[in-house]
Amino acid sequence: MFDSLSDKLGGIFDKLRGKGALTEDDVNAAAREIRVALLEADVALPVVKEFIEIVKSRAIGADVIKSVSPTQQVVKIVHDAMVEMLGGHDGEQELNLKAATPAAFLMVGLQGSGKTTSTAKISKFLTDKHKKKMLMASLDTQRPAAQEQLKVLGEQTGIDTLEIIKGQSPIEITKRAMNEARLGGYDIVMLDTAGRLSIDKELMAEVAEISKLANPTETLLVVDAMTGQDAVNVAREFDEKVGITGIMMTRIDGDARGGAAMSMRGITGKPIKLMGTGEQWDKIEPFHPDRIAGRILGMGDVVSLVEKAQESLQNEDAAAMAEKFKKGQFDFNDMLMQMRQMTKMGGAGALMKMLPGLGKMAKQIEEANLDDTILKRHEAIILSMTKAEREKPALLNASRKKRIAAGAGTTVQEINKICKQQQQMAAVMKKIKKMGMGGMMKQMKSLMGGKGEELELMAQSMDPDNLGRDMAALKGNDILGANPFDGAGAPSGLPGLGGGMPGLAGLGGGQMGGMPGMPTRGGTKKNRKPKVKKGKRK
Amino acid sequence: MVFWRKKKNEGMQDQERADDELLHHKTDPELSPLIEAENDLAPDNVMAKSMNAIEPRDLTDAHTTPVPDHTPVDDFKESEDLKDHTNEGGWFSRLSKGLSKSSNKLGQSITDVFTKRKLDQEALDELEEILIMADMGPKTAAKIVAAFSENRFDKEIEESEIKSVLASSMSDILKPVAIPLDINGKKPFVMLVCGVNGAGKTTTIGKLAHEYHMKQHKKVMIAAADTFRAAAVDQLEVWAKRAHVPLIKKDIGSDPAAVAFEALEKAKADDVDLLMIDTAGRLQNKANLMEELAKIIRVIKKQDDTAPHAIVLVLDSTTGQNAHSQVQNFKDVVNLTGLVVTKLDGSAKGGVVVSLAQEFGLPIHAVGVGEKIEDLSPFKAEEFAKALVGA
Repeated sequence: MFDSLSDKLGGIFDKLRGKGALTEDDVNAAAREIRVALLEADVALPVVKEFIEIVKSRAIGADVIKSVSPTQQVVKIVHDAMVEMLGGHDGEQELNLKAATPAAFLMVGLQGSGKTTSTAKISKFLTDKHKKKMLMASLDTQRPAAQEQLKVLGEQTGIDTLEIIKGQSPIEITKRAMNEARLGGYDIVMLDTAGRLSIDKELMAEVAEISKLANPTETLLVVDAMTGQDAVNVAREFDEKVGITGIMMTRIDGDARGGAAMSMRGITGKPIKLMGTGEQWDKIEPFHPDRIAGRILGMGDVVSLVEKAQESLQNEDAAAMAEKFKKGQFDFNDMLMQMRQMTKMGGAGALMKMLPGLGKMAKQIEEANLDDTILKRHEAIILSMTKAEREKPALLNASRKKRIAAGAGTTVQEINKICKQQQQMAAVMKKIKKMGMGGMMKQMKSLMGGKGEELELMAQSMDPDNLGRDMAALKGNDILGANPFDGAGAPSGLPGLGGGMPGLAGLGGGQMGGMPGMPTRGGTKKNRKPKVKKGKRK
Repeated sequence: MVFWRKKKNEGMQDQERADDELLHHKTDPELSPLIEAENDLAPDNVMAKSMNAIEPRDLTDAHTTPVPDHTPVDDFKESEDLKDHTNEGGWFSRLSKGLSKSSNKLGQSITDVFTKRKLDQEALDELEEILIMADMGPKTAAKIVAAFSENRFDKEIEESEIKSVLASSMSDILKPVAIPLDINGKKPFVMLVCGVNGAGKTTTIGKLAHEYHMKQHKKVMIAAADTFRAAAVDQLEVWAKRAHVPLIKKDIGSDPAAVAFEALEKAKADDVDLLMIDTAGRLQNKANLMEELAKIIRVIKKQDDTAPHAIVLVLDSTTGQNAHSQVQNFKDVVNLTGLVVTKLDGSAKGGVVVSLAQEFGLPIHAVGVGEKIEDLSPFKAEEFAKALVGA
């Protein structure tokens, strides 16, 4: 339902081409769109206003760099300002682990924001990564079975929890927890409080008292990434009444744009220290301002995509894949493996949505009725081949193809199509081999690490002109062309995926074969040429 | 042939197995509880066994927590609970109380903008911003403001008029969706409760159980199909106890669809009026978890074609525009029949409800306005709209 900011700005700035600098009128027009985009991403209104002033002051009079469109430039200004605002100073995002032991970490927030799960995640994280001896104590006497929940989490993660004594008040539990920590030689005590509304005076006073008692080195406000405009009230109230030191955002693995991050940061000035990225207790990460900025602006989240791919690919597969990469091979077994991975990651549509600038494309593909049955059909075809055939596609002659078609319940033409795809992928594979693994890894690293580059890449793939061209190309193809695996359709239709399937192959296992091709869509000129020809032939 | 395949494709099969594991729940048992449990689940058997106090392990792993006896302590607590609430007055006053903070604020801001002044563009912009701050979303806010400014632009206007007109235009949008849940007509009426993590599903079920069992004297049963989150079943058990209704549960990690299946079987046998199935929280963009939800429904349908008769999405009112994505995605996977909006007693204004009503038109069955078992009320459009603008 959201169009990315760049799509919207594209319309405004189309007339601007050739101008030397951004005028105030241009920027004001853009500001309206930025405002709507931010509001739709749930950034709170006061913060939006403040932010737009910053952007305006930077954008007005900025020289239009020849090589980029005004749209790209404004998006870049917005993105940079946002990263700056979200990120803050160096070191600010680190948890304070230097305090004298036992130190207390206090977790506060609304009901259902994910405090208990986050408590367990942080404890596990600090135990594993920082060798801290942790104690978890639940002060939640409100919600039924909340204390049991933390106890179970403690058992699962192997972290000590404070013994549950029924009938104790949160204050009493706090005292007992701090005492226990001193006696047991714990480094950090995690105090998991009950969820409370920021307007509930009684409970807010209670948590303030707990805070006074425990004197926590960190008071983390746990906030759901889906939170709307209310984020401002929540952050302000908790900060005023309890005094928070940082924010933990949960459910960042959902599809919320996460504007709450900006609201909270803008209102309290307190850093966002951690993100919860899944239901398992190892799903916790330091906060990445650039990634959240990209999400708020609807620019896609390449890094998440890569991570998702890594997640769904087993390590052994990755090793096997790396081996293949070295040899520059790509046979039907590899193809099968990739298809299954793809299904695991939620199908083609889900992937598409995560790629920058491809939101629209995903919709189009949906409309074109591309569903994952195509994956299944192709799987059936490959499974109808003998093992020798899968390993050595060259074996396939007419009679074998006939047999396979009969076995898979399809036609020889379908078999031919899949063969052609395989050949194209094998070709890309060879190219990758030439580039060498080292080169690829380097490129990938810079893609993930360097903020500037990442933005450039995003901006490139977001250029509405290119996107338009690509989409036209997609429309031109027949329906099967919408199949992301169909070599003929893929390079032109799916810029982000580079050489089609190999791009995905690369995503897996951190080998990132196809990633270099991703931002530049379609790989090198050399590679692009034959495909254009093919299009004409059609 | 089969043998040859097995041997030759070992790698492949490992892969398949791994795939399966990823796609399905790790401890996904084969769905054959019907045969296993048939004898034990027959109502007579269960009754006989629970009465004879046979060791729990003699029953299948699906066991019922029987309706707890009223102890004097319970009775006292309950009467205390009830007393508490009779003093609090009706639904409107409680909602108003809950919303007072937000409505005061909204009301105050509106007063600030228009204590008799000309309705110019600037004023309208300010009004729009106020609505946006209530989470109505830029589009809905623009629409309401446009409707409001019609015939009034550039005219002097009173503050009270603004409030009442604003409230009425919002309640016009909300009225068609203020439909309470009707559980009559089917027996057992099967209701599936779903939503994202932390939305308030379990609490809502507890409140609904209280409403239907204690107030409307229906025979209610709850099934704990959240077999994932730690202590989720314990939490529901407490609510079941409070509402004095039986709970069907299995071990953590068992297949939620199996829980639902067995619960429905038991509900039929026990002649239950309403069966509520609590599911685990799931984010709407997790394909595998959404598939799990679809599976629960498929499995329920094996017993009763028409079930589930209601699929309710529980929505946290603090949620911003992502609520649209939630409703959309859940609607795509399961046939949502209605919404319950929770945590309206906070400072969140719940304006998203208005834009949801505009976009999806799904019935809003109830709203949650507190942590107590009684703090669930039918959704009343006019009162909600009034409370929201502070009229």
